Amino acid sequence: MRTDPSDAADVNADVDASGPAPVSTVLAEDDVLLREGLSGILERFGFPVAASVSDGDALLAAVAEHGPGLVVTDIRMPPGFTDEGLRAAVRLRRERPGLAVVALSQYVELSYASDLLDSGDGRGVGYLLKQRVGDVREFASVLRRVAEGATFVDPEVVRQLLRRRADPLARLTPREREVLALMAEGHSNGAIARRLVVGDAAVGKHVGNILAKLDLPPDDDVHRRVQAVLAYLRGRPA
Amino acid sequence: MTTFDALASPDAPSGDDRREGFRENPRRRPRTLFQALLSPRFLLTAWPWRALAHSVNTMFVGWALAAVAMPVYLPWVVFAAMLATRPWDTLPAVSMTAVFVVGLVMVVVFTPLIALPLGALERRRLPLVTRGPFSSGHRPPPPGLWGWVRTRCTEGATWREMGYAALLMPFALAVTMVLGALFSMAIVMAVGPVLVSQGGEAEIALGLTTVTTPEEAVPYMLLSPAVLVVLLYASGILAQGHAVVARALLVGPPKDELRAELSQVTESRARLVSAFEYERRRIERDLHDGAQQRLVALSMDLGLARLDMEEGSEADRRVAAAQAKANELIDELRELVRGIHPRVLTDRGLPAALAELADRCPVPTRVDTDIPRRLPAHVEGTAYFVVAEALTNVYKHTGADAAAVHAGTASGGPGRPDTLLVEVTDHGPGGADPARGSGLTGLRDRVAVMGGTMELSSPEGGPTRIRVELPCGPIPPTPLT
Repeated sequence: MRTDPSDAADVNADVDASGPAPVSTVLAEDDVLLREGLSGILERFGFPVAASVSDGDALLAAVAEHGPGLVVTDIRMPPGFTDEGLRAAVRLRRERPGLAVVALSQYVELSYASDLLDSGDGRGVGYLLKQRVGDVREFASVLRRVAEGATFVDPEVVRQLLRRRADPLARLTPREREVLALMAEGHSNGAIARRLVVGDAAVGKHVGNILAKLDLPPDDDVHRRVQAVLAYLRGRPA
Repeated sequence: MTTFDALASPDAPSGDDRREGFRENPRRRPRTLFQALLSPRFLLTAWPWRALAHSVNTMFVGWALAAVAMPVYLPWVVFAAMLATRPWDTLPAVSMTAVFVVGLVMVVVFTPLIALPLGALERRRLPLVTRGPFSSGHRPPPPGLWGWVRTRCTEGATWREMGYAALLMPFALAVTMVLGALFSMAIVMAVGPVLVSQGGEAEIALGLTTVTTPEEAVPYMLLSPAVLVVLLYASGILAQGHAVVARALLVGPPKDELRAELSQVTESRARLVSAFEYERRRIERDLHDGAQQRLVALSMDLGLARLDMEEGSEADRRVAAAQAKANELIDELRELVRGIHPRVLTDRGLPAALAELADRCPVPTRVDTDIPRRLPAHVEGTAYFVVAEALTNVYKHTGADAAAVHAGTASGGPGRPDTLLVEVTDHGPGGADPARGSGLTGLRDRVAVMGGTMELSSPEGGPTRIRVELPCGPIPPTPLT
């Protein structure tokens, strides 16, 4: 995407002209500066902001009012400054299957990721560190993937998972874990192959091995991928 | 305590003395005036002279006190004089009331000002007749005149000193009369023969009898040393009584005040711990809502700026580098905040926070928790930091290749709070010495403040186990016994 050395006007024109269809978005973030900045990014990359709010209850109300296709929410918001945004997101996903939700947080916590991914069918969910918005294009592309039904988990979460030892995922080879990590970031087989600089067939084989090793029943492929990621996240001893 | 014990206790033999007491061992030198008075060798010790010295200066102090206090009581003296000298119906009611009220104000204002220095002086005289300590019962006042006044007016020590001042005047009078009478009697008896022989027709009254001739006076002269002995005993008994009363009123703090102070100190220590916990959370919140958000906004602004730049240009590279630095800073700040107070502990409680700790520990660590409900914040915080410190020790010092954390609550029984039991075990080489690592001592202190216990078992060859029990109730006010 970034290889095109076009100027700014061209970038906008590119997004506006040939980009995918706009997705109506509700934004929840209590910090004014960040809210304004996020609004700008969303608008610019084809996510018209139907409403921007600053707490969990207002988020629920705004979604009920505007019926957006995507929700971008901070996890920690007034009044309690704990996980209001997360709870609102989980509730929205239960009540509105198919609503894509991206949750942002200053730090990542595995149990938050599990909650989010457990809500609904585990598709159309993103959980990432707030600072990822700094890489604007990548952030926009994550939003796009999630809006299209992909699951995205922050690389930091994946890194924490990989650091674990006593883990049912220990059966996976390092390469398979790498592939699973990329799956958790919502990449397709083709995208994974490009990233790892291997052939599509090799990736397909890895994914098959992963699914087999995690004892996932044969099913719709996308759903199984999500299941694999969920297993990944739930695989914590406790 | 019997009454006798209460009176005698300040100078009563301690447990030590009782075991090898002076009664069983008469050769032993009496160590107090009280012991000396009971000893047959009383007159051979220094105690009679010390008691006499004390009694003599008690007289001086008493009369000086009377002289100083007289102006204070003058309005009441006038009041009493008017009542005594004039018939009721001729008394001017307004003036009488005024005199009485002025007297009252003077007594209330000036008595403490006299009693406080008097108390200080009397504590300096006490070593003559009794053993220390002689610390005053006064609390150190806060700075400023008002703080001093408030402290002094509200503490028992001041009021006890005022009571002492009131007692001292009649007591000094009694001492003067008893010792004065005995002393002049001894003198007159000693010089009686001379007086009678010189005076010719002189008569000398000695107690119940009267002597008129030197022959009659001589036996009395021979008896006068006995009167001096009586005088020494009398002064000893008076000084001993004085010392008991003075100690009771002037020396402090008494035991119950000490106890109250101790429990205050423990309570304030517990409050401090709570305050630290609260402060950590506040700092974490401030960093989260302040610096962290600002940095994310900065990174976002830089990212937005790069959208408008030619990719690969000098400006783009510079902004990219700046953005990378901002992101590093965000990462560092996140780690810092986690060290101050892990957010997951507040949001998700101990099981999630311990699992995360184990995830982050380089040594593979198994966690099992049995904690059905959220615990008080200070309990969660302490348990978390105990495990964090213990796992750090495992990683840094033991070389163990596996560790296990167990945390569970147990019922504390009727009327007692539940207990949180935390165990961290590693299969390293063992031999951990709690005296060496300040980390373990710090943990022990942290646990002790909450009334909990910490045990370390680390035999050579392992395994090393740290076991901590924390009561889950409010921080106990007096964990000390």
